[in-house]
Amino acid sequence: MKLTLKIWRQKSSTDKGSLETYLISEVSEDMSFLEMLDVLNEDLIEKGIEPVAFDHDCREGICGMCSLYINGEAHGPDRRVTTCQLHMRKFNDGDTIFIEPFRANAFPVVKDLVVDRSAFDRIQQSGGYVSVNTSGNTQDANSIPIPKDDADIAFDAATCIGCGACVASCKNSSAMLFVSAKVSQFSLLPQGKVEAKERVMNMVNKMDEEGFGNCTNTGACEVECPKGISLDNISRMNREFITANVKK
Amino acid sequence: MATLNSGVPNGELKEKWTQYKDSINLVNPANKRNIDVIVVGTGLAGGSASATLAELGYNVKTFCYQDSPRRAHSIAAQGGINAAKNYQGDGDSTYRLFYDTVKGGDYRSREANVYRLAEVSTNIIDQCVAQGVPFARDYGGLLDNRSFGGVLVSRTFYAKGQTGQQLLLGAYSAMNRQIARGKIKMYNRHEMLDVVVVDGKARGIIARNLITGEIERHSAHAVVIASGGYGNVYFLSTNAMGSNTTAAWKAHKKGAFFANPCYTQIHPTCIPRSGEYQSKLTLMSESLRNDGRIWVPKNMEDVTALREGKLKATQISEENRDYYLERRYPAFGNLVPRDVASRAAKERCDAGFGVNQTGEAVYLDFSSAIIRYGKEQALLNGEDESNEQLVKKLGSEIVKSKYGNLFQMYEKIVDENPYENPMMIYPAVHYTMGGIWVDYNLMTTVPGLYAIGEANFSDHGSNRLGASALMQGLADGYFVLPYTIGDYLSDDIRTGPISTDSKEFEFAESNVKQLLSQLISNKGNHSVDYYHKKLGKIMWDKCGMARTEVGLNEAIKEIKELREDFWKNVTVPGKLNELNKELEKAGRVADFLELGELFAKDALTRNESCGGHFREEYATKEGEAKRDDKNFTFVSAWEHVGEPSEAKLHKEKLDFENIEVKERSYK
Repeated sequence: MKLTLKIWRQKSSTDKGSLETYLISEVSEDMSFLEMLDVLNEDLIEKGIEPVAFDHDCREGICGMCSLYINGEAHGPDRRVTTCQLHMRKFNDGDTIFIEPFRANAFPVVKDLVVDRSAFDRIQQSGGYVSVNTSGNTQDANSIPIPKDDADIAFDAATCIGCGACVASCKNSSAMLFVSAKVSQFSLLPQGKVEAKERVMNMVNKMDEEGFGNCTNTGACEVECPKGISLDNISRMNREFITANVKK
Repeated sequence: MATLNSGVPNGELKEKWTQYKDSINLVNPANKRNIDVIVVGTGLAGGSASATLAELGYNVKTFCYQDSPRRAHSIAAQGGINAAKNYQGDGDSTYRLFYDTVKGGDYRSREANVYRLAEVSTNIIDQCVAQGVPFARDYGGLLDNRSFGGVLVSRTFYAKGQTGQQLLLGAYSAMNRQIARGKIKMYNRHEMLDVVVVDGKARGIIARNLITGEIERHSAHAVVIASGGYGNVYFLSTNAMGSNTTAAWKAHKKGAFFANPCYTQIHPTCIPRSGEYQSKLTLMSESLRNDGRIWVPKNMEDVTALREGKLKATQISEENRDYYLERRYPAFGNLVPRDVASRAAKERCDAGFGVNQTGEAVYLDFSSAIIRYGKEQALLNGEDESNEQLVKKLGSEIVKSKYGNLFQMYEKIVDENPYENPMMIYPAVHYTMGGIWVDYNLMTTVPGLYAIGEANFSDHGSNRLGASALMQGLADGYFVLPYTIGDYLSDDIRTGPISTDSKEFEFAESNVKQLLSQLISNKGNHSVDYYHKKLGKIMWDKCGMARTEVGLNEAIKEIKELREDFWKNVTVPGKLNELNKELEKAGRVADFLELGELFAKDALTRNESCGGHFREEYATKEGEAKRDDKNFTFVSAWEHVGEPSEAKLHKEKLDFENIEVKERSYK
């Protein structure tokens, strides 16, 4: 198929940036979206035009490195996939596709479609861990049974890949889904309960400090999340946050 | 010149590690504060090592090329992690895990290292649970296990098909705790481009800031390479797009011997390739072989009809299917080790029985498992187990709960429903057992330079068993290196900070700068990917699942020519001082073009078949790999002297005192 691509080009974080138009032909429907961009880049290199910079790594939908806002949706039109797992069969011959970076104040553009998501790392550093030493003198793994349901829900929350689609989809650029996924995972496990209070307070404060917006329950984050992280996690985090403040 | 001394301590196999830990030198906590360690890579090995070294009190500087340490490719490991917990009471033990690993590695690994790995495996599970890693549990709330290829027990712990992700996020969280305490300084989007050796010791690295393009000097008292494997030398592999050999290769060129580069694992269950534009291959976890049965049609007419779209797999009756693994290996069936399963698939496809258009695919079929589970569940629910539709529905739900994310991934990529039609799979490059040579301390032949995880060669011999990569990465990082590095660093307590002003740093930096400007100012007429794809094709055709003397000689020649062409005709757009993804790729491909040549040379000199290394000249009548224990029970460790294929061979003899060396049979 033949496509018209409108791609955001921006030389550096201080550059203004604009949409550029590129035509691409011989796109196969079995290609992934990023393979389509590979083909475009090879073509641009041949023409002496600088290729489009975009982030990607595992191309299996798990590392969370790829991003892209495609036709107004984080990770494009398909559900429950990252951009690297989006296939061209979701588009039609002759389509015009708009490709932009994830946009949020807390995610400044580095170049073209590459953004800086280090704010997510800093939130995790403020409390996204259990304070246990890693030198190996812990108790036996089966000494505390954990109800299967709790373990399963904790696992579902823990599958967040930290891609930032939730922030990019939210009209307030809120990071509540991302933060609540980690808070939930630990609040459901006995190992995480010890520090639950401090964790939720610190992570929420850090989230605000990094410039993410507030949650107004529109739920766009859940719809666009490639891993289907549930809004229930936000409720759970709110409960944890209120309890922590009451018990203070 | 460096010599090979494995440094394996004396004593009984079972006591070696404990006695060794009791006797090695330690660094006291106050002195650790004055010692810096650089770690390159943040996968399971690098991430866990960074966290533990920081916790012990060292000042750690950690580097990764991704935008966050959480992106390292360990995250994509699916199936599980082995540990000799024997929670299932099925006869597992440390010795049995050790035995399975040595046998699985086709008797080409170092006994003492493997035993230590098996010994610390149980700690890993305890550690990860304490960190809040949500492993799968049964209804009683205890940890669940499953079975993997090449073993007869269930010792694999898992978190659905995302075990690597959960373990890596555990290591990442442990790192975050130390980053918050200021004990780890994290350098994201930085790539190591050289090791700096001062007075014979590794004392730092040269790194490029991938955002600004700045070339930086970083010093330390020791350097740890945890940069993973080199599977991307094949261009198409299940590795991440950015996975590369640069850190390991630069270390090799600075004096670290490179061991067994030809030992590559070709994983049997990957999604077949679909076209020329293909950028990478996707793995489907080996755990699928617990419940999936592998087959091709018995009759060529059915194969032809399948390819023409006139027949569906589900329409081929049981008696017309060839479950070739169950036929050839009745004892292990679909759960034979990876090298065996891959070669068997290639054998059937080479014979013309491949089931897709390219002729390079076999079926992985879940229909029997769906019915088996469905009946069981119907019985449990008190429902009618002869109701086919109900049984299928219930069975599909159970299969979904076990492998849901893998089935979803398959459906997204192939656009076919694997609950209804069997999956199509074909082998693909997945893991490299070879790597930087290390001694018992995990130190390379350069003092102060360590290699851990997939980057080293030590534990898997010539074939790695499933769910053992995660085990090795975390064992090295959490429990082995943090002890052994102290023995070396105890000599450095009075050294003080290492200056980056020395001539060695200056020299290394100017070399890196020169290489990069050469790439950028070349202005040739082919892109980096053009060369990478060509290299990949040579590697796959001549250094892939089956190798011959003739093919390997050709490979050496062709890779040499391709490398010369690369330096003459490659084009790298953009500038040095900016984010430049093509420049990053160019540097990595330049190193793959050297490594590939050594790889072929190594395969050429190993005149036997073992594990992932299969030489057509050395096979039994039935087509099984034929080892030559008399002449090849050694590790090939290569010393860089100039051209890659002129490297000097050093042999580390392998002694097996606690295990009987036998023909590896899974029949």
